[in-house]
Amino acid sequence: MSIDSMFTHKMWDEDELGRMVEGGVPFPMLSDAGGKVGTVYGVYDEEAGVEARGRFIIDPDGVVQGYEVLTPPVGRNVNETLRQVQAFQLVRESKGGEATPSGWRPGKATLKPGIDLVGKVWQVWKTDQAFD
Amino acid sequence: MGEEIPAGCARPTGGPVGDAPAETARKQPEQKEETMIRVGKKAPDFSAPGYHKGEFVTVKLSDYLGKWVLLCFYPGDFTFV
Repeated sequence: MSIDSMFTHKMWDEDELGRMVEGGVPFPMLSDAGGKVGTVYGVYDEEAGVEARGRFIIDPDGVVQGYEVLTPPVGRNVNETLRQVQAFQLVRESKGGEATPSGWRPGKATLKPGIDLVGKVWQVWKTDQAFD
Repeated sequence: MGEEIPAGCARPTGGPVGDAPAETARKQPEQKEETMIRVGKKAPDFSAPGYHKGEFVTVKLSDYLGKWVLLCFYPGDFTFV
């Protein structure tokens, strides 16, 4: 979503993005002329008249699980966004029985919060698991 | 997903759906800066026109209930990054 019109979106998809991604952009490119939606989401810069690089993860109940907002010159890390979605999906499927510690990615150990784990995380999780 | 809209000369716009705080926000500018987004809280619903695979569409966030959604904002088309 950006402040551009749907006409500009069409031209950008046809002239440029469609040459990067076969078949063009697969998801809807939305227009927020005037920044009304961006204002509600806290990403519209009234002075510049544009929206920051905001990214919101919204779950199947319509609840915001996470967000990230960057200023224009720095692009996103799509892998990190997907990792977060996978983590939120795992937590949701476990109905909150599992949590994903720092550095978690699919295949790595989760934590099962409970009274037995209090003060014992050091036994099951090492700091090098935060990095890889 | 979304309802198709015809291409005309008007530039359609969308906006938040539901309670419209616009009038009160104008009277109370000190609250205007406050973001309404909180993790763990409902994402504000909105409807917006757009372009999707060769068609102009209108998309409503609440049409995606039941699915995971990544909502991304960016400064503008053709802005390099």
